[in-house]
Amino acid sequence: MSEQTVDAPVARARSPLSEAWEMFRHNHSAMLGLALLSLIVLAAILGPMLYQTDPFDMVWAPFSPPGEEGFLLGTDYLGRDLLSQILHGARVTLIIGLSAAIVTVVIGVTVGALAGFYGGIIEEMLMRFTEFFQVLPTLLFSMVIVALFGASLPMITFAIGIVSWTAVARITRSEFQRVRELEYVMASRASGATNAKLMFQVILPNALPPIIVQSALMVGSAILFEAGLSFLGLTDPNVVSWGQIIGSNRQYILEAGFTVTIPGLAIFITVLAISLVGDGLNDALNPKLRKR
Amino acid sequence: MNALRVTTTRIFYAVLLLLAVLVLNFTMMHLAPGDVADTIAQSMGGADEETMAQIRADYGLDKPFIVQLGSYLGRVIRFDLGYSFYYNQPVTSLILQRLPATLLLVFTAQLFAMIVGVVLGVISARRPNGILSHFVTFISLFGYSAPVFWTGILLLIAFSLKIQWFPVAGMRDVTLEGGFWVQTLDIIRHMVLPTITLGSIFLALYSRLSRASMMETLGSDYVRTAKAKGLTEREVVYKHALKNALSPVITLAGLQFSAVISGAVLVETVFAWPGLGTLAFQSILARDTPTILGILFFSALMVIVGNLLTDFVLRLVDPRLKGRA
Repeated sequence: MSEQTVDAPVARARSPLSEAWEMFRHNHSAMLGLALLSLIVLAAILGPMLYQTDPFDMVWAPFSPPGEEGFLLGTDYLGRDLLSQILHGARVTLIIGLSAAIVTVVIGVTVGALAGFYGGIIEEMLMRFTEFFQVLPTLLFSMVIVALFGASLPMITFAIGIVSWTAVARITRSEFQRVRELEYVMASRASGATNAKLMFQVILPNALPPIIVQSALMVGSAILFEAGLSFLGLTDPNVVSWGQIIGSNRQYILEAGFTVTIPGLAIFITVLAISLVGDGLNDALNPKLRKR
Repeated sequence: MNALRVTTTRIFYAVLLLLAVLVLNFTMMHLAPGDVADTIAQSMGGADEETMAQIRADYGLDKPFIVQLGSYLGRVIRFDLGYSFYYNQPVTSLILQRLPATLLLVFTAQLFAMIVGVVLGVISARRPNGILSHFVTFISLFGYSAPVFWTGILLLIAFSLKIQWFPVAGMRDVTLEGGFWVQTLDIIRHMVLPTITLGSIFLALYSRLSRASMMETLGSDYVRTAKAKGLTEREVVYKHALKNALSPVITLAGLQFSAVISGAVLVETVFAWPGLGTLAFQSILARDTPTILGILFFSALMVIVGNLLTDFVLRLVDPRLKGRA
């Protein structure tokens, strides 16, 4: 720890990051989203440790309504504790959402950066490649991958990532095209920077804001995507996820609607929180767009 | 002249794209463990090695990959998508049976989402701080964040189970007697909930975009000119501004074909709608390779044709795009 935290007497120029945070902090809906998201992440990390009921154990009669017999959220069609399933499901849902978004961003930024940086025939080919992936029926294609190659978590993550990266690639490309022409990039190029250095150290930092926003939103859509897959039963049967709770209980909505509404609410609130944070980031990182 | 060349280039690329999709699909199926012979053997209740080898020879599965791929492409070009052993039917006729239900659902949902979305967007653009504008913000957040199958189940619980306004599942009541109009009315009753569910995702997108685009258009010079020359507010908004504000909405709608198909798979599953989505789901679970390949081909075809159509419509709406590649 250094001792530089002492307040300087002179007003210093503020870093762009602290300026962005300042803007974010005054955005009520973004802060609400951040608070919700923190709560959800905390529940996912600590929940299963504090609340130790096994989500696969049959603890009580099926369809016990929330609040009765000490089961806060009731029990599902096999008499398993819904609260425990939600808490364990939160982990799986968040991990898949996050890692699928990472896959998306890695592929999208690579393709977009190469296309936007080199232009010409490379760009033409990479954009045709992107177009090709845009034509694939996303959910159907992932369903087929998961059904054929096994429903393990890494395979599900891959199946979501491989069909979702095109938006990131397009945004990265257009940002690279814009930043590439700026004078400071010319200057670095003239002073002999290598292409790799230009791409990742010179251009990327300035192209980053819209990419960050898109990546944040990507986590939300990956969570929805995973929920859809596991609702259809295309999921690892040895783990609980929110979509899968809905899928396995949906025949019983007449007896116990709560077994479907509660996990759905969890997905809804999580994705809502992420999109509020994403919108807040958008306003904070692109102050010019704020009026829109 | 120029427009013709642009169109032919586009169609040429579309065909190439479709071929690439076919190759990818076939390769993926080929790489996956298990093949058609396994499916057939399963439906016969098991088979010995000799029979399996016979089946593989019959279907050309023992030939090299390239040969198999070539014969697959050759068959698809002749619109022969193979035979489904699970449904005991040619895949093409299987898909054509299910296609109308999906097209009906998808187009109605899109129409619903576009009309309601644009109306909400335009009205709220005129009063950015009004109640309706906040409502647009709310439904766009909801539409983006709620899993579509959950929305469907919620509507099902509310309007089919609690208040029994709409039927729970399917597309028609087979026991219903009556003429054309009775049957049509019955289908409409079955369609209401699936349409609203599938439309809800896109309603969110369209209302938000048309509000933004309308607000931008209303601030532009030519709108001010139109107002200055004494046109009423209503005339300016609906005759001048709306046409320009519409083109980003159409572009966006055109980009949604793939998302619409994904949504349809989930919505059809929730409402047991007898379309391509439920067929896809069942054939994937049953590992019915020819049907899966056929559906993937058809969906890609729908997306590509949809994109071409969008382009065409955009050129009609927006004269600035004429002749541009």
